[in-house]
Amino acid sequence: MIDTAVQYIYILSAALFVFSLKWMRSPTTARRGCFAGAVGMLLAIVGTLMRPEVVDYKLIAGAFVIGIIAGVPLAYLMPMTAVPQRTALSHAFGALAAALVGTAEYYRATPHGAVMVALVFETLLGFLTFTGSMMAFGKLQEILPQRPITYRNQNVINLSILGLAVAAGVWLTIQPEQAWLFPIFIGLSLIFGVLLIVPIGGADMPTVIALLNSYAGLSAAAMGFALGNRLLIIAGSLDGSSGLILSIVMCRAMNRSFTNVLFGAFGQVQTTAGGPHEQRTVHSASAEDAAQILDSARSVIIVPGYGLAVAQAQHKLRELYDVLTRRGVDVKFAIHPVAGRMPGHMNVLLAEADIPYDRLFEMDDINGDFAQADVALVIGANDVTNPAARTDKSSPIYGMPILDVDKARTVMVIKRSMSPGFAGIDNPLYYLDKTLMLFGDAKSFVTDLVKELSEVAKAA
Amino acid sequence: MLTDLEVGLYIFMLATFLGLEIIRRVSPLLHTPLMSLTNAISAIAVVGSILITGAAHASTLTRTLGFIAVTASMTNAVSGYLITDRMLKMFKTRKASKPSVGQASTPAAGLQTREGR
Repeated sequence: MIDTAVQYIYILSAALFVFSLKWMRSPTTARRGCFAGAVGMLLAIVGTLMRPEVVDYKLIAGAFVIGIIAGVPLAYLMPMTAVPQRTALSHAFGALAAALVGTAEYYRATPHGAVMVALVFETLLGFLTFTGSMMAFGKLQEILPQRPITYRNQNVINLSILGLAVAAGVWLTIQPEQAWLFPIFIGLSLIFGVLLIVPIGGADMPTVIALLNSYAGLSAAAMGFALGNRLLIIAGSLDGSSGLILSIVMCRAMNRSFTNVLFGAFGQVQTTAGGPHEQRTVHSASAEDAAQILDSARSVIIVPGYGLAVAQAQHKLRELYDVLTRRGVDVKFAIHPVAGRMPGHMNVLLAEADIPYDRLFEMDDINGDFAQADVALVIGANDVTNPAARTDKSSPIYGMPILDVDKARTVMVIKRSMSPGFAGIDNPLYYLDKTLMLFGDAKSFVTDLVKELSEVAKAA
Repeated sequence: MLTDLEVGLYIFMLATFLGLEIIRRVSPLLHTPLMSLTNAISAIAVVGSILITGAAHASTLTRTLGFIAVTASMTNAVSGYLITDRMLKMFKTRKASKPSVGQASTPAAGLQTREGR
């Protein structure tokens, strides 16, 4: 009787998860989606607690209390710039939970056959995602060096470790009684997770986070197979497919393949590939000059990059948006898919600064508009505006889809100095006749622009 | 009759296809909240964790592992939904957004017409 009720609760919960993701389609329904997901989770928990197998509630209650005490501040105190780190950390937690359940289930029941296969998958994916996500967290939090760490025969070593882990897993599925092998299997999975992320540089973090998201989901789905629980399979595969799509989006946005991201050690190749570049002249301008041009413009497209967030200039940017909008200028924001440290990160940062989301445009939707724009204002972005990606076959970023900033009548670039970006490539955009370099810190320069524009407004 | 495994594989296949179709339609604007939402959903591992922890005659080892797993997934679920909602609250359209609070340097006239030149 109770078992039947629990199954129906699970079905309802699964349906809510599906709706939850469906409602994420648009910002107008997204909060409802989040709520539906939370209700789905609550139902799943209540349903599970009702099951007759669950007899001891003390530890569970304790864990709930700790989870809530830890979870609430993690959600409310985390600054929006740190969302990628938080996400990496929570991939790690999710994967750890799946891996530990797999481990406990092995020692409790030592299953055979298909269940053992699922359990091995769950544990392997869980542990490697756990250490991999912790590494990603360390890199994003800048505890670990951002640069890719490479050594000789790296790919051979990494793949051998993975091979050994898989071999141990296969052996365990054939002879689950070989209990001595299980800790070794765990150790190999943990080590592989670390080695997988070590060679990946900061610029590739968005792809890696998405990929780890997918692994964490697949691990939960495998748990569903191991425990014979369909709700776990559904929720896990929804999560897995979401991570997969996001990593494909990220790979496309950088014109790279999965294998290239995972085994290519991006940053390493780039530094040598810059090539010799002759001294060319750039035009620079003061805040006053720039403000005049902005004031006489009819349409301005702002291209924000992660440098904007590093300088904490989002709120100043919002003031610039306000003052320009009041002066009758049409202001849009062009968002490259890899702007920021995780998929969609820049949108969140701008939304936090109260910039209306209907002014934020994706790359494909806005690229046609640059030709009609009077000014393209680039702040803290570099490689995603580099025209060499379109024209220069020898450039390491050749083929990467970029924002067509160079089509605008005037291009302004706020930049600290002429030093190259993440990928270490020179940007020909800066040497165009129509490009004005605005040298300075993003925040203070935008502040100056706002000041100048307000004075122009007063004078008028 | 289908075995548990076969039923599971059907469900896995269909849920993955469904997931791919739904997620493809999510606005790229919301990819960050999407990831934190799916992250919270993957805290569904709490189901397995509870079953392990609360089982009768569980050994100290499985109990301990289960306890850590429940704590980790509960933390994920709570912080995941709360931070997703916190992010989604920030997405406003022009009509809904007000001149930002607490920024005295922004004059009150935030929302005037764009043609007001």
